[in-house]
Amino acid sequence: MRSNFDKELDILNTHLTDMSAAVENAIEYATQALVFGDMGKAETAVEYDSEVDSMEKDIEKQCVKILLLQQPVAKDLRQVSAALKMITDMERIGDQARDISELLLKAGRNVKINPNGVIAQMATATMKMVHDAAQSFVKQDIQAAHNVIEFDDVIDNLYEQAKAEIVHRIKSEKEDVDFLIDLLSISKYFERIGDHTANIAEWVIFSVTGVHKDENMMYTEKQEFLRNLI
Amino acid sequence: MNKFEINNLDLYYGNFHALKNINMHIKPNTVTAFIGPSGCGKSTFLRTLNRMNDLVEGCRITGEVLMDGKNVYHNTDVNLLRKNVGMVFQKPNPFPMSVYNNIAYGPRTHGITKKAQLDEIVEKSLRDAAIWDEVKDRLHKSAMGLSGGQQQRLCIARALAVKPQVLLMDEPTSALDPISTAKVEDLVMELKKDYTIVMVTHNMQQAMRASDETAFFLLGEMIEKAPTGKLFSMPQDKRCEDYITGRFG
Repeated sequence: MRSNFDKELDILNTHLTDMSAAVENAIEYATQALVFGDMGKAETAVEYDSEVDSMEKDIEKQCVKILLLQQPVAKDLRQVSAALKMITDMERIGDQARDISELLLKAGRNVKINPNGVIAQMATATMKMVHDAAQSFVKQDIQAAHNVIEFDDVIDNLYEQAKAEIVHRIKSEKEDVDFLIDLLSISKYFERIGDHTANIAEWVIFSVTGVHKDENMMYTEKQEFLRNLI
Repeated sequence: MNKFEINNLDLYYGNFHALKNINMHIKPNTVTAFIGPSGCGKSTFLRTLNRMNDLVEGCRITGEVLMDGKNVYHNTDVNLLRKNVGMVFQKPNPFPMSVYNNIAYGPRTHGITKKAQLDEIVEKSLRDAAIWDEVKDRLHKSAMGLSGGQQQRLCIARALAVKPQVLLMDEPTSALDPISTAKVEDLVMELKKDYTIVMVTHNMQQAMRASDETAFFLLGEMIEKAPTGKLFSMPQDKRCEDYITGRFG
């Protein structure tokens, strides 16, 4: 039954997986540019962002077509609406990878950071997070999605450490302040990538269970309100 | 208080067990939609609410159907019950007489003969059924000359003329074009202010658009009933999910 529709949903999933792989690549190239000072990698990351933008538009069209022609309900509707929300977050992650790369390109070829330092750790951690979020979607694994959401705290902590370190380096007046402020921005971009990835994981949970984080809160508040009435 | 409370209802056509232990509450001033595959018992169940199944030979019913707390299968005037629980069918079935007489037929049967009073009832019923503007200049012409969509709204007006409390609709738009369907759906939403509406439909988009609660039937059982938004976004029963997503069978 509905085999054509099932095929369309499979194609949608494949496209989402491809888009998430392109996003992972964009972050990876931006990170390599940052750690090794390889500006060619930064240019590749910018190119990946254009690809991500184009994928977002294609998937959006595909979702609208499914909504129009198949009029999905229940889990099918959740899958398509979650896909529409996820691609917005993925597109933003692509933008942030491009922003990181453009900052590096503007700063020139001398930029390199400590490959074992906090910012490099952030870069690696966000790549893992994006990869895990994509896998949780592919496998429709709620536990994996929850783990991704919790992992955002790790990124937030690393950002606080990176910020403290950069502030300390600015105060010591031994390094180029412009470069350090760029590094602070880059750290913030990684922190925002973590937030967008956590959003993706929340939509994975919605797609499987039908409950989104905000709805859950509303439900709890509603229960509280009802209890107070009694 | 619920308009209807159905408790442990079983219905048999001879040896065939058509409805199995149905339990359901229907709130007043709501639209409840029944969905399910053909032969699942949804129309049969709809007809138990105004005892239309009494007319079927070999039909036997156990359990109770309470309307406003009173069992409709016990010491009930069936004519009065059918006046209070009106019905609109799948195919428009106007009487072969004028538009006016179609509407006045029911009130006349219930003893209203004064022309001024009948005029008032005819106009109000046609206005409530959102068809007055289309027929006010042809009240004394045959109702058979109306379009299908107009005929169906005329039938709704005819049901409203005897001042029912409940309207049962058995696939009321399946023979209508999309424009007439939209008019009937708008009308249903409008009418629920004054009436309780129970509707059988094969059109799931219609159930989503026009109903407050939806019940899914399968093989004579009511599998799931929930607020419409919830049933179509997060059905609890796998069979219900399979049916509404088109993966049933």
